[in-house]
Amino acid sequence: MSGKGEISGEFFLSGDEACAEGAIAAGCRFFAGYPITPATEIAETMSERLPEVGGTYIQMEDELGSMAAVLGASWGGVKAMTATSGPGFSLMMENIGLGIMLETPCVVVDMQRAGPSTGLPTLVGQGDMMQARWGSHGSYSIIALSPASPQELFDLTIRAFNLSEQYRLPVLLMSEEAIGHMYEKVIIPPPGTLKITPRRKPNVPPQEYLPYMPDNDLVPPMAIAGEGYKFHITGLTHDERGYPANTAEAQDRLVRRLVDKIEKNRRKIIETAEDGIEGADVAVCSYGISARVSAIAIERARALGIKVGFLRLITVWPFPTEKVREIAAHVKAFVVPEINYGQMVLEVERAACGRAKTILVPHMGGAVHNPETILDAIKQAVA
Amino acid sequence: MKTDALAAIGAHPLDEYLRTDRLPHIWCPGCGLGTVLGAILRAINRTGLDLDRTVIISGIGCTGRAAGYVKMDSFHVTHGRALPFATGLKLANPDLKIIVFSGDGDLAAIGGNHLIHAARRNADMTVICVNNFIYGMTGGQLGPTTPEMGRTTTSRSGNIEKPFNIPRLVGAAGAQYVARWTTAHVWQMERAFIEAIDRKGFSFIEVISPCPTYFGRMNEMATGLDQMRYYRYNSVVKHGANLDELDIALNSPIIVGKFIDAKKLYLPVQGAAHGK
Repeated sequence: MSGKGEISGEFFLSGDEACAEGAIAAGCRFFAGYPITPATEIAETMSERLPEVGGTYIQMEDELGSMAAVLGASWGGVKAMTATSGPGFSLMMENIGLGIMLETPCVVVDMQRAGPSTGLPTLVGQGDMMQARWGSHGSYSIIALSPASPQELFDLTIRAFNLSEQYRLPVLLMSEEAIGHMYEKVIIPPPGTLKITPRRKPNVPPQEYLPYMPDNDLVPPMAIAGEGYKFHITGLTHDERGYPANTAEAQDRLVRRLVDKIEKNRRKIIETAEDGIEGADVAVCSYGISARVSAIAIERARALGIKVGFLRLITVWPFPTEKVREIAAHVKAFVVPEINYGQMVLEVERAACGRAKTILVPHMGGAVHNPETILDAIKQAVA
Repeated sequence: MKTDALAAIGAHPLDEYLRTDRLPHIWCPGCGLGTVLGAILRAINRTGLDLDRTVIISGIGCTGRAAGYVKMDSFHVTHGRALPFATGLKLANPDLKIIVFSGDGDLAAIGGNHLIHAARRNADMTVICVNNFIYGMTGGQLGPTTPEMGRTTTSRSGNIEKPFNIPRLVGAAGAQYVARWTTAHVWQMERAFIEAIDRKGFSFIEVISPCPTYFGRMNEMATGLDQMRYYRYNSVVKHGANLDELDIALNSPIIVGKFIDAKKLYLPVQGAAHGK
């Protein structure tokens, strides 16, 4: 124990609980949410834990309101988060767009279940991956992370907060029911030992402050309400002063920067895990719970003497195009298991650029893959 | 003299509260929004609110543009979401004074669910709902407050739906301060704003305001002055009126006044811990 309400040590936690603890460790002190399976336990944990650390939990009337409240809290100077699943994620798209436009740091957790619509509320899916990238209207770039265990969910929740503060945008944690409801050992390090990114405050006096004048890395420092900066913030296309600017020129400048601040920093943002790629004939590319199942298939394939490598996506957006392209030059094929009818596989195919074949191993949702289906695809790839 | 040249010499006592570099505003001649904005700025001045800690939040629409003209921390957010955004901001930073300034379409239609829940929670904020009976920004469509038989571009032969009686809606949901005035009641409106700002909890003022460009022209009150005359001669002041009496119909009296002024527990709860 260290600090008021903060915990550290070894715990046996579900992914949902680990996510909540990760948020608290990252300094999150505001949660607005709406109950939804399988993310409800995050809200429940936050409702108990936040008051213990001096934070605020509020249950909103819907996910539209939850996302709006999270943005409001962030502008109030507090690290803020919400958690949901597919149907709520759809509703949040509106204000995720506002968060991108206002450049508001916050974290959104999507504990994916199988859709479309109400779908299979209690069962796993990975069908929101393209929605995470493109779900709100207009042109923008996003950051989304995909953990493969409760421990990694804890770690990536902290990283999500850090990235959101560094690049000033909502960062998406694209997890799944299977990880959210899985119990495993989670190590929570002592609070002082974690790297925590603080808010990028303005370094000029209020009268000189321009809310959207970026630093060299294209990210503008952020004032918070009530500190005398008297800023105006709008979801309309705006200039460096934050004033509405209804022109193609202002649109060009703003949208390019919103995209470029992510894309030009992609090397710093992208994280992948590789295993046995060197000399492999085939590479399995997967993420989240499907990556865990893939690991079983890979082990069996290797036992059969197949040279199979493993590329696990930890950052799913921005997509590690360069990495996949590099691997594509050396393997015959990519095998892409995912719990949908083909989403991230489209990115693998785009990045492979015809240099290697791409084999989708789809699953419509409701369960994880049988490792044998992935093994079959690996065999087919080297046949 | 051009407006920006006038603004540069500080020609108006409210200039301190306005982003004069953004004037002239986009509102039409005869629109009531400038009158309402002037009244809230004078109320802020009279109550002595710290401008550094006063925040104006608007949604989308003609009224939603108000946030862009005030020289305070101000947010112009998504359509209907001013209230949940304000709720998050207030709970995260309880020292702020929150004023939500938005229209009837924004607050009572697309944001209707947030309106009743913010009133139910008695979240500490002052909400000014400018009701012009129509969607002005998009060119004059039927809204949640368009009176029965009111003509709009999507109800050319007259609205067949019953409109919201907004004071009754928020009163029933739990708002602790509810008033209604029109732009013809400038002094009363300003006094209501001052009272509302002084209250802790959810205070709500509906301001009936002319939209001559759309509602007026389509409903036989072609100028702002026609609508102002109508408000002046057809409004009945009835403090404490039963909320059921507050329905608004074409060619009928408009009941104005202060209807609810109570003290209740509010959010954020006094003494509750909050992080920063």
